[in-house]
Amino acid sequence: MNIRLTKYYYGDIPEEKGGGSAAKSESTANWPLWEVFIRSKQGLDHKHVGSLHATDAKMAIENARDVYTRRMEGISIWVVESKYIHASNPDDAEAFYEPANDKVYRHPTFYDLPDEVKHM
Amino acid sequence: MSVQELEKIFQQKIDQEIKIEPKDWMPDAYRKTLVRQISQHAHSEIIGMLPEGNWITRAPSLKRKAILLAKVQDEAGHGLYLYAATETLGTSREQTLDDLHSGKAKYSSIFNYPTLTWGDIGAIGWLVDGAAILNQVMLCRTSYGPYSRANIRICKEESFHQRQGFDILMVLSQGTPEQKAICQDAINRWWWPSLMMFGPKDGESTHSEQSTIWKIKRKSNDELRQQFVNMIAEQVKILGMTLPDADLKFNPATKNYDFGEIDWNEFWNVVKGNGPCNKQRLETRRKAHADGAWVRAAAEAHSEKRKARAAQKVA
Repeated sequence: MNIRLTKYYYGDIPEEKGGGSAAKSESTANWPLWEVFIRSKQGLDHKHVGSLHATDAKMAIENARDVYTRRMEGISIWVVESKYIHASNPDDAEAFYEPANDKVYRHPTFYDLPDEVKHM
Repeated sequence: MSVQELEKIFQQKIDQEIKIEPKDWMPDAYRKTLVRQISQHAHSEIIGMLPEGNWITRAPSLKRKAILLAKVQDEAGHGLYLYAATETLGTSREQTLDDLHSGKAKYSSIFNYPTLTWGDIGAIGWLVDGAAILNQVMLCRTSYGPYSRANIRICKEESFHQRQGFDILMVLSQGTPEQKAICQDAINRWWWPSLMMFGPKDGESTHSEQSTIWKIKRKSNDELRQQFVNMIAEQVKILGMTLPDADLKFNPATKNYDFGEIDWNEFWNVVKGNGPCNKQRLETRRKAHADGAWVRAAAEAHSEKRKARAAQKVA
């Protein structure tokens, strides 16, 4: 007899163990995805915090306020539709960043100075 | 590059504690496991709003109403962080929600138990959120970047949830004999289901666990459960209450609390849909989604109108 036991984790119940029917509900329209950037205080950069769906920029900003600044985490919000973000390709990372790889002399620690030299 | 080579590079990254990001190559099974786990986690946050939401209007004071409202709002936010993490794996929000509403996708069984008294809201915060926090603290170190970041954000907010639950029980435990009884009764009913939240015993497994190798999970069910028991067994003394387990006893040899056997039949029954509130929860969730249809339609119409107006101004 071939019995295979599986370990189930909290928060990861396999599909075949579930009951329920497979009736499909009607799908809502696809609202665009927005990336949210928040400046936590004056003088700091806006930082990516997450994403959300919204019909337009105004709604995206309002929803971002409700979701990402409930505890005064920000004083300024940027949103940008995800489709407008262009990213470098992780598969090319090695070649892409290669030019910086062998230029240790760009770091101050490369230079060995006598201890007597102060404030440098 | 061959799949074998890609898999090797992938596993090397995991072994070196380098996080996997959305655009990195990953095995299909890793992606599938994550989609299932993260979406179940998200659904748990969303369904988890229901047993507490029905107490917002009945909370005993304006302060308690405001606090509970803020907590339920947080759960909605947590659901969103997690849905967004699921989307980075290439599944649409609609698909994920459809799977919840059709009953295909699962959520934590704990939310299929009813909240009968105000004491239950305290017990949920203390025990259910307490158990969830242990799991989520572990998941902050999970190998998938977006899931890890979502959990870090969740953990920052969640600790208030557990404290407010304990605070509710503290007040009840110092009240009238009737209020004390409400407190003990809530603990009695939520204790065992909370232990079940960590999932089946480790011993039920005979084959190697992929989620551990992939570092999606970093502690076993039993490890987390023991940690939880040790924590709660001490905290319950401060409440002057007891946990409903005659076998619960500190073991000086292991420095752990030994505890009684969990009723796994009950666990699987609730998972399979036969818990006290499974049907009601899903129906309420479906109804909420359907009732919100006009709001979504109105939001779309409003944004179309704004766009049209802006175009007119330009012309």
